[in-house]
Amino acid sequence: MDQAALAHEIAGRHLDRIGGPITALREIAAEFGYIERAHMEGVAEAFNLTVAEVRGIVGFYSDLNTEPRGRTHIRICQAEACQSVGARELTAAAVARFGAGLGETAADGSVSLEAVYCLGLCTSGPAATVDDRIIVRATPEALAP
Amino acid sequence: MSIAKVPRETLANALGADRIAAELTAQGHEVIRTGSLGLCWAEPLVEIDGIAYGPVQDVAHLDAARIGPTDEIPALSRQHRLVFDRCGRADPFDYDAAPIRAHLEREPQAILAEIEASGLRGRGGAGFPAHIKWRTVHDTPADRKYVVVNADEGDSGTFADRLIMEGDPFRLIEGMLIAGHAIGADTGVVYLRSEYPLAAEIFSEAIDAARGMGLLETFDIELFVGAGAYICGEETSLLESLEGKRGEIRAKPPVPAIAGLFGRPTLVHNVITLCAVPAILEHGGAAYAELGVGRSTGTMTFQLAGNVERGGLIELPFGVPLRQLIEDWGGGTRTGRDVGAVQVGGPLGAYLSGAQLDTPMTYEALAAIGAGVGHGGIVVFDDTVDLVRQAHYAFAFCAHESCGKCTPCRIGAVRGKETVEALIASERPAVELAIIADLCDVMEQASLCQMGGMTPIPVRSALGLPQGGD
Ligand SMILES: Cc1cc2nc3c(=O)[nH]c(=O)nc-3n(C[C@H](O)[C@H](O)[C@H](O)COP(=O)(O)O)c2cc1C
Ligand code: SF4
Ligand code: FES
Repeated sequence: MDQAALAHEIAGRHLDRIGGPITALREIAAEFGYIERAHMEGVAEAFNLTVAEVRGIVGFYSDLNTEPRGRTHIRICQAEACQSVGARELTAAAVARFGAGLGETAADGSVSLEAVYCLGLCTSGPAATVDDRIIVRATPEALAP
Repeated sequence: MSIAKVPRETLANALGADRIAAELTAQGHEVIRTGSLGLCWAEPLVEIDGIAYGPVQDVAHLDAARIGPTDEIPALSRQHRLVFDRCGRADPFDYDAAPIRAHLEREPQAILAEIEASGLRGRGGAGFPAHIKWRTVHDTPADRKYVVVNADEGDSGTFADRLIMEGDPFRLIEGMLIAGHAIGADTGVVYLRSEYPLAAEIFSEAIDAARGMGLLETFDIELFVGAGAYICGEETSLLESLEGKRGEIRAKPPVPAIAGLFGRPTLVHNVITLCAVPAILEHGGAAYAELGVGRSTGTMTFQLAGNVERGGLIELPFGVPLRQLIEDWGGGTRTGRDVGAVQVGGPLGAYLSGAQLDTPMTYEALAAIGAGVGHGGIVVFDDTVDLVRQAHYAFAFCAHESCGKCTPCRIGAVRGKETVEALIASERPAVELAIIADLCDVMEQASLCQMGGMTPIPVRSALGLPQGGD
């Protein structure tokens, strides 16, 4: 099956759900790693939307990434409670260590870094996630893949 | 056999609760997975036969982490827990549905009267009286009405929604059922942020369990997980998102209580607002209204975070001085330095100085100093805080999260950010400060929603500019 058809199939499971297009796109990003144009076409057709409308949705939400991520995806909280305990310094160290800025993937594809704004772990910052792992009181070492 | 309670909660899990639970099981304890007691500084907090231990690093060194009998921990016993009374005490799925069934036998008008008597105001940020919204939805004729729960909890320094949804998900289901019954809605939708995967998992399990108990026969509940957008916490943006669209703000009026989700009358409430409802029906609206100060009635779930020694959730009647929360409950800063600034009420909240710490935590007292309660988040910074950099962040955050629908916010936030950069480099800062003050006035007065409208609050307070607001 081509990518549009795969996306169409996923979208088909959410047609009657509240917020269906967004849930479908979240699932597509999780399944294929990122959302490409063909996926948007599949979703558009399933929900009777234009591709431009779907592109608009994708552009609005930060979870709906349109570029592949690194083999390890690291998110570091940038919000105030984490700032107060060194999130800026942690971020700078991570950028230097992994060779990617926030929102970027290292040239060798090993790691991608992303900003996140609060993980609800604000008593125990800096907070971060490494793939599905949650890290509190994070240090640069603790973020290693 | 001894009973060991171990939280199943994101923070405790990140600190090893799953492993500790397995170790305790291997030692022959009967392990019960509870929620968090909100004493985040002590996580993973394990309770064995009524004695609390925490933070527990490994089971072999349990005694070194002994705190004492859970019921005698001052940080817990001195609270006034209504919303969080069950959270962390038991397995939430060991649930007795008799009380909620009794509440649902009551007449809608009687419930509306209790909510009015309680003086309950929204805990999501705006502090709007709940009963007005309930009556509006109730009185607006429609083929269908909705209860929408705002669990987008985007404010830095807040985690009350997460803790209750992970630790006592039935509390929220109860609040939704009562609201649905009172206003005549048959569908409830929870908008949960995607940053809370464990809350999604536990709340889904609770929906299934409630359905299994026959609690969702005339009112069903659906969980929707967001896709990463702070602005979707604003109620009209949230409704657009639930309709599957970009989360662009809708102009008000009409208010959601008249034309909300899919154009139908919709009661939108924060998680904690709805979680206060079962307690109001249990104790009576009048008794609830006796707690707190003036029109700030009942309890608030304060969340103490950032650079603080003992961060966590503290539920107390409104009126407690901010200093007491930070010093008595929080034990001062984590770094041991003096408090430099405290941001109250999330990223759109004011930075308060040490001199303002004696302010009582009420809607009115905070409004009087140009601040707000918001969702109850308190973020402590020590005296190394660079407030100009925090002002820069406030604009940058607004620029990042702006929905783009109105010019003062979309362009203003970017210009504000650039101007703070110029201020940092400037030899004549008075010039940049005057531009920023002007920009704040425009954003405050001309933005379509409070994202742009309230960004001036942290900016002005951080830069020492007078707050507007007349
Ligand atoms: C930018 C912005 C973000 C908001 N984020 C949230 C949020 O994350 N959670 C919330 O409950 N309310 C949030 N609100 C407030 C909601 O618009 C709304 O007032 C609230 O959900 C109503 O529920 P309540 O009456 O229980 O407070 C936000 C408002 C604005 C302007
Ligand atoms: S103030 Fe900002 S977030 Fe609100 S409507 Fe305008 S652009 Fe959108
Ligand atoms: S501010 Fe970083 S987890 Fe909340």
